Amino acid sequence: MLACARSTLATLEVKQLSAGYERARVLFNISLEARAGEAVALLGPNGAGKSTTLKAIMGLVSPTSGDIVFNGRALRGLEPYEIARLGLGYVPEDRRIFTDLTVAENIEVARQAPRAGASTWNEERLFKLFPALAALRDRRGGRMSGGEQQMLCIARTLAGNPSAVLLDEPSEGLAPLVVEQMARAILEIKRARVTIVLAEQSRHFAGRVADRTYVLDKGVIRSA
Amino acid sequence: MSGSALLLQFLNGLAGASSLFLIAAGLSLIFGVSRIVNFAHGSLFMLGMYVCVWLAPKVGYWASVPLAAMLVALCGALIEVGLLRRIYKAPELLQLLATFALVLVIKDFALWAWGPEDLLGPRAPGLTGAVPIAGRQFPQYDLFLIAIGPAFFVLLHLLLTRTRFGILVRAATEDREMASALGVNQRGLFTAVFALGAALAGIGGALAIPREPANLEIDLAVVSDAFVVVVVGGMGSIPGAFLAALLIAEIKAFCIGLGYSELTLVAEFIVMAVVLIARPWGLLGRPIAELRGRDQADFRLAATKPMLAMLAVLALVPIATSGYALVLLTDVLVFVIFAVSLHLLLGPAGMVSFGHAAYFGLGAYGAGLLVLRYEAPMELALLAAPLLALTGAAVFGWLCVRLSGIYLAMLTLALAQIVWSVVYQWDSVTGGSNGLVGIWPAEWLASRPAYYFLALVVCALSVGALWRIVGSPFGQALRACRDSPLRSEAIGINVRAQQWAAFAIAGTFAGVAGSLYAFSKGSISPETLSVPRSVDALVMVLLGGVQTLVGPVLGAALFTWLEDSVSREVAYWRAGIGAVILLLVLALPYGIGGLLRKWSSR
Ligand SMILES: Nc1ncnc2c1ncn2[C@@H]1O[C@H](COP(=O)(O)OP(=O)(O)OP(=O)(O)O)[C@@H](O)[C@H]1O
Ligand SMILES: [Mg+2]
Repeated sequence: MLACARSTLATLEVKQLSAGYERARVLFNISLEARAGEAVALLGPNGAGKSTTLKAIMGLVSPTSGDIVFNGRALRGLEPYEIARLGLGYVPEDRRIFTDLTVAENIEVARQAPRAGASTWNEERLFKLFPALAALRDRRGGRMSGGEQQMLCIARTLAGNPSAVLLDEPSEGLAPLVVEQMARAILEIKRARVTIVLAEQSRHFAGRVADRTYVLDKGVIRSA
Repeated sequence: MSGSALLLQFLNGLAGASSLFLIAAGLSLIFGVSRIVNFAHGSLFMLGMYVCVWLAPKVGYWASVPLAAMLVALCGALIEVGLLRRIYKAPELLQLLATFALVLVIKDFALWAWGPEDLLGPRAPGLTGAVPIAGRQFPQYDLFLIAIGPAFFVLLHLLLTRTRFGILVRAATEDREMASALGVNQRGLFTAVFALGAALAGIGGALAIPREPANLEIDLAVVSDAFVVVVVGGMGSIPGAFLAALLIAEIKAFCIGLGYSELTLVAEFIVMAVVLIARPWGLLGRPIAELRGRDQADFRLAATKPMLAMLAVLALVPIATSGYALVLLTDVLVFVIFAVSLHLLLGPAGMVSFGHAAYFGLGAYGAGLLVLRYEAPMELALLAAPLLALTGAAVFGWLCVRLSGIYLAMLTLALAQIVWSVVYQWDSVTGGSNGLVGIWPAEWLASRPAYYFLALVVCALSVGALWRIVGSPFGQALRACRDSPLRSEAIGINVRAQQWAAFAIAGTFAGVAGSLYAFSKGSISPETLSVPRSVDALVMVLLGGVQTLVGPVLGAALFTWLEDSVSREVAYWRAGIGAVILLLVLALPYGIGGLLRKWSSR
């Protein structure tokens, strides 16, 4: 009964969230939600606050007010690692690959035990998702192209077997061909029933993978 | 030098390198993940030595080595959990101070537990003999040490590359926030790394026992050596530490072997200078991302009027008393100048100096030498001595401003340690460990009230001058350089030149304090410019609060009074001071000045 009720509820829910940095307030009472298995896009121009939203959800920026609920757990005040261990994955916009570590080691850092109710990604499955990575298994992260790093970044996050992922502009700065690969990979992840929140500037890319979109402008949700 | 002597010196150097590597590697690992420079690392080494000497008669030397390592590791873990964990988000300076407080506490603990005498340990059973190498006898134990360094290097390398623990350590070293966002719990990791680093220091200490006795002075000597090694090798890089340990140890060995042991320090300095100019991040290091923006908003509580009132009150004190209070107040005035000069570096310039006592000491020794060796009149010596401090600050500052943050702090400490060693060893000029005696003021200044007035005038002028400097366009430019060096460069400010000038000014005023100090005491010893004296100054500034101008004044007064009363009443006063620092860091991160401001803004 409860389980049935939950499936119609949001997996991730952001309520009246405000957040910012030392001097600047960036987000003003934004609310959004993503249901299980759904892909929602957060669209907006440069500086709208998309990345800040994802960072606040992940505990990397402290909100000044509002609530964040993930699978029934309140996230505010938790450390990023605690949030990650609840099954929420994060792919930052600047990728932040460990440049000193090899591809396999980067993946190892994020590895978590299989999670009930979420799909399990072992190395083999990750290399199937991103075949280009297989050949680079022992390459250091710092010696990979931007596109390869982006793939590794997503693969790394999936290695934690998340039930939902926050993707920050995965198509940014990639060649058209690679953007296409990326879109296909994200659709594949979606098919694995991973909930996706995608921050994007490109309406076109968001339209290819997302079920719904929110438009964020100057820290306020304009339309849903 | 013959070929065989050369070979032996080379081997000596290798043996020294092993022990340097063990310490530097631990320091570097700890810094890598936690971004904390552990001043107490030399103290952990010292603990390793004492524990080994203590346990060896009970369990035998070889068993005492791993036991010492384990005990020291436990101690490291306790330190991490009990102290460092609470201050990971605090400003760097407070972190450094907290670990320095540990130095004081551990030193007094060792004094309490094992007494003040050097303790000679056993020789290593089975390795007491010598082997003939190139026609000479070379100790077996030194050969063993030569093998130990590379062995630990390989072990550490395997640990870091082949285990999940090692992979997580490397990931956290590179980007701990990202590692956390990927689910890595850093608490456990930090504790483990700290324990590992401490264990390496403990092993280093225990393995040093067959070659030298356990003693209470080794802690700072070892940690400043380790600083030189990690600065040269690159912070956070284990291969860098290995390479730099070899380089430094070989230089030392050859200088000593050639009979120029005084040259060792100069050679070390030159190597460091060359490396840092060519590669500011060390041989194998890489730039360290500046830590999150510190809360540096100055609230410049200058309070000129209360200060003038205070000055008036102080001028009247000699009417009331000419007793010990006057001596104590003279000390306070001297240290006010010292603290306010350091404040220029810490506050507006944003440069953490752990070696400010070097300039204080140069001022003091300058005054002493002028009077004693050149028979200069006291008035002249008082004025000229700060020029020696200026020279020192100009030379060291030139090197220091090439670095920033943690590297700069370590470099200032290493440089000050060099000055200390020179003064300590140069018997014929500085009087070595005995120091200089008979540095008395001129006749008309010899009475307590007269000297007190002199100190008051000099202090008022110095503090006034330093406050003017902080408020001047130069001071504003300094703050701009601190807050955003790139933007300052872009608008045409020469950041290094500004910082260099700040270094020189701060050093000069520290020299003024030093020369005033020399004449008030009549005698000076190397302690005048030791690292603990530098830390005293830091504590004074922090006690008062970095962000205010009156902070260092209040801090110096309170600290001098506290130290005076504590050191007369309590046997283990160093530990007492350490405890005060720890309390300060944990409870009062903005100092008294911050507290005052909080109250006044209510
Ligand atoms: N670390 C930071 N410190 C201070 N301000 C920041 C920081 N990061 C972002 N900001 C500011 O917050 C606002 C929102 O930034 P955010 O990165 O969330 O935008 P975004 O929507 O992701 O933009 P983009 O499409 O360019 O990535 C911007 O005005 C930016 O200047
Ligand atoms: Mg962004």
